[in-house]
Amino acid sequence: MQFPESWLRALVNPPLSTDELCHLLTMAGLEVEERRAAAADFSGVVVARVLFTEKHPDADKLKLCKVDTGEHGVLQIVCGAPNVAPGMVAPCALVGARLPGFEIKKAKVRGIESFGMMCSARELGMSEDHGGLLALPEDAPIGTDIRKYLNLDDTLITLKLTPNRADCLSLTGIAREVAALTGAPLTLPAIEPVAAVNQDTRGIVLDAPDACPRYCGRIVRGVNAKAPTPDWMKQRIERCGIRSISALVDVTNYVMLELGQPLHAFDDAELSGAIHVRYPEPGEQLLLLNEQTVTPSADTALIADEAKPLALAGIMGGEHSGIADTTRDLFLECAFFTPTAIAGKARALGFSSDASHRYERGVDFELQRRAIERATQLIVELCGGQPGPVTEAVSSAHLPARQPVRLRSARAVKVLGIPLSADQIGKLLAGLGTKVERQGDDFVVTPPSHRFDMEIEEDLIEEIARLHGYDNIPAPPPKAQLAMLPLPENRRGAMAVRHLLAERGYFEVVTMSFVEAAWEADFAGNAAPIQLANPIASQMGVMRSTLIGGLVGVLAANRKRQTERVRAFEIGRVFSRDPAGQPVTGFRQPQRVAGLWAGSALPEQWGAATRPVDFYDVKGDLEALLGVSRRLTFAKAAHPALHPGRSAELLLDGKEIGIVGELHPKWAQKYELGTAPVVFETSLDAWLATVLPTYREVSRFPAVTRDLALVVGRDQPVEPLLDALRSRAAAVVSDIRLFDLYQGKGMPEGQKSLAFRIVMQHTERTLEDAEVEAGVAELIEVARKEFGAVLRG
Amino acid sequence: MQNLDTLVAQASADFAAAGEPAKLEEAKARYLGKDGSLTVLLKGLGKLPPEEKKSAGAAINVAKQAVESALTARREALRQGQLDAQLAAEALDVTLSGRTDPRGALHPVTRSLERIEQLFRSIGFEVADGPEIEGDWHNFTALNTPEKHPARSMHDTFYLLDEAGKVQEDVLLRTHTSPVQIRYMQAHVERYKHLETMPEIRVIAPGRVYRVDSDATHSPMFHQVEGLWVGENVSFADLKGVVADFLRRFFESDDLKVRFRPSFFPFTEPSAEIDVAFMSGALEGRWLEIAGCGMVHPNVLRFGGIDPEKYTGFAFGMGPDRLTMLRYGINDLRLFFEGDLRFLSQFQ
Repeated sequence: MQFPESWLRALVNPPLSTDELCHLLTMAGLEVEERRAAAADFSGVVVARVLFTEKHPDADKLKLCKVDTGEHGVLQIVCGAPNVAPGMVAPCALVGARLPGFEIKKAKVRGIESFGMMCSARELGMSEDHGGLLALPEDAPIGTDIRKYLNLDDTLITLKLTPNRADCLSLTGIAREVAALTGAPLTLPAIEPVAAVNQDTRGIVLDAPDACPRYCGRIVRGVNAKAPTPDWMKQRIERCGIRSISALVDVTNYVMLELGQPLHAFDDAELSGAIHVRYPEPGEQLLLLNEQTVTPSADTALIADEAKPLALAGIMGGEHSGIADTTRDLFLECAFFTPTAIAGKARALGFSSDASHRYERGVDFELQRRAIERATQLIVELCGGQPGPVTEAVSSAHLPARQPVRLRSARAVKVLGIPLSADQIGKLLAGLGTKVERQGDDFVVTPPSHRFDMEIEEDLIEEIARLHGYDNIPAPPPKAQLAMLPLPENRRGAMAVRHLLAERGYFEVVTMSFVEAAWEADFAGNAAPIQLANPIASQMGVMRSTLIGGLVGVLAANRKRQTERVRAFEIGRVFSRDPAGQPVTGFRQPQRVAGLWAGSALPEQWGAATRPVDFYDVKGDLEALLGVSRRLTFAKAAHPALHPGRSAELLLDGKEIGIVGELHPKWAQKYELGTAPVVFETSLDAWLATVLPTYREVSRFPAVTRDLALVVGRDQPVEPLLDALRSRAAAVVSDIRLFDLYQGKGMPEGQKSLAFRIVMQHTERTLEDAEVEAGVAELIEVARKEFGAVLRG
Repeated sequence: MQNLDTLVAQASADFAAAGEPAKLEEAKARYLGKDGSLTVLLKGLGKLPPEEKKSAGAAINVAKQAVESALTARREALRQGQLDAQLAAEALDVTLSGRTDPRGALHPVTRSLERIEQLFRSIGFEVADGPEIEGDWHNFTALNTPEKHPARSMHDTFYLLDEAGKVQEDVLLRTHTSPVQIRYMQAHVERYKHLETMPEIRVIAPGRVYRVDSDATHSPMFHQVEGLWVGENVSFADLKGVVADFLRRFFESDDLKVRFRPSFFPFTEPSAEIDVAFMSGALEGRWLEIAGCGMVHPNVLRFGGIDPEKYTGFAFGMGPDRLTMLRYGINDLRLFFEGDLRFLSQFQ
């Protein structure tokens, strides 16, 4: 809602500066979103009349003018505006005038002296219009300061109103609020009923009283539709951001801005029979004023006569029944449409109107008669005409109820946390300008018809807080019941996981949860991802079921910026349909952890050889972070995103938790990644459970170490062999690990040598040689029998 | 005996002149060797008369000890010199960089979320979580947002297609973290239903939320942190106290100005917008909208299974993306979602 400060001050004028007034409004919940001066800061510009023009002798586009500036004399001015003409009244900047960015001096323009400058609206900072001089009315007083004449020392204030404060979508509403907040007197224009000079009426039938419980109509005959809109009215509505069209239309807009009541004027000659407010026939169409033809839905009320639909009730008038320059007789509509009947209708049709904006939020349902009298009064004043009587159709049962609401002082004190007395509360409620009855420490408030947000006790508590001032409510340190929060040692939070990965060298990224469908197909083999009904772009069209796509996107973006080495991770939800999914039935949306490592294993540096990252670098990270005190194993597995020979599934204590591997080379090529990165993706849950440490005795006796080199087939995976050795080893074997792998020269074709270091130790005594040798022999036997291994000679 | 003093002085000078062990051993032989001058003197003792023998012998031994200790000292000095030379030869350029794989970093917004969690934990708030594909009931109905509310249109809210390609009306991408309020209240009530009076609810819920909006200052996916405190005596003044305290701690600025301004949300009443103004820096003195809050609407408490006569509560929702931008002076929201390492590495 935009309005000029001068209009508000004409209704209520508290002793506050513009700054203070804006602060007051903001802190009352009517946020001042913007304020700007009606014109730029300038001086020395007066109303002037062009007396005479002739072509500049040396320039085709310039004119030599004689300009009457009243007491400042008749001046010679060179002017280039296309619309300058003898008799025209326009602003003239005198020598010495200060305009935005420059000062007017006596000048020679192509050899001819010029004693000032004629101005356009843009040069005065009033609008962007610089098509020519700002034309002023012929009767504008010559010589008057233009600031004074056009009331330019004004501020345009824009309020960002919350949807519950429709009562402030009018100057009267804002003024009422300012009066309540400051106590300044309210001086609203007197609205007297305009006496009927004939008995012409048109019948009104409320066929849809739930949508329209009140409709006032009035015929005004013999109006002059071509009458000009007076400057004061034009200025006010334009400063509210509404274009001036014709006096009749301007009056309806003016009354809407002044009182908050939308009105519509029909050309009475276009109407036949009674006015009906009804729901549409199936398929019924209407051409609107905005030249859009609509087929209103069955629950959209229409204004119709006995032959045809005329308007979308409370939303927009129809093209054919509107007023024009030729209109002689008009039919004025001033109705109350219920918020539920209007809500969402305009938006569904793809537009918004000043009327629908107000009706869907709530218009005062007792305002219609006053508004139609106010409009009639102005129409008769500006356009002449003979009004008939007001016809009012009303369905009281369908008017909004205003049930009394009880407010308990003690409840207000409890909710707000400030010790207000019942007397103080009573005083604050009086500011609402409505019926308040005190019963002990309780108050019974009957909400005013212009407020649609006072239905329960909390609504009144909010009013009290607002009128008391949020600033005046203290902000003490809170008092609370103290109880320590649980701190399970065998759980860690996602935040701790993030720190682990960051310390290890990965940067956290946040990528979109909706991705392009190709990512789902390529990286998850998902041909039917969850689709958005209304994505903002096709590359954000489906919900991700894997985090890998986002990481690949991050890699590709960084490669474009010449960052070669990328280590990134993300923790986030992935989405899939699952009839058993909870807590939202039908969807699984677990959190996952995924990482990507691309480029070199180490950043290029003098002290370490450069080599590309490989599977084992990432596996090593996972073992170091996830495999602590838990059994993390890897099994060869195929995955659509990954290189078929370099991918594995992760098993934590035997349970599958995710995958790791080199990205498939075809995706590296398709997404222009250069060499393929290594990626992993696991459930977040796997990371959150940790193991509470339990003590095992530390041996005080010396350990014995034996190395064992076994030759096996090249395709023999190490892990089963190692598992077998570990599980079958004698109790004194405390550790077996692979410390070397050799294949190639010196080894038989198709074979490899695995070197294991075996550590043996007893907790209670020193081991004997025989025990050691027997332990090693046992292991060799297991390897030979179960894996065909031979001792390397 | 004048001779002996000269001899010791001469030996010390010879040792000092020996620059390497072999030369020192040669010098030693001249005094202490088989034919060395001190050896010769000792051998000559026998020729002296018995009365002189004792005193002369003592004098020679004193001289011999002096020469031997000079020799030992010189040997030690040479050894030390050799070690010093060897260590000097082993010296490194300590200014060369260490062998390293640098650490990564948390995302700047996560960094803020962690601080937010820590600050609220310090006054006993738990951290909760909720689904991002959310039911219409939890996202709107239970939050007192009526059927025809503009937020429910496809203009503002992301909806999904079902498997037949039709718009699925009952689920959506959550538009705020507020549905976690409902889920948490319901779970809390269930957990403590055996008690006459349930313990207070103090919880925050950070997470991703979604709205149909995309420009320089809006992302279709962004973060929110919900806060909820419900108890028998929780007031609007408490809300002001907690949120103002939080903002000053978060920005580490005791003179941060915080103001609460009346506003409207369907799920709180009274409702407020929270603005802050910094007292220094590029944004000095400007009011910046930072969060929405209010007393939990009685209908919302009822939907959560809580009696609004017995309990009151406040809730707030703030944007950690914006808090992060203000905290670190970041001027473009889109940087958060682009994964540019040049940006992310600034938050190590």
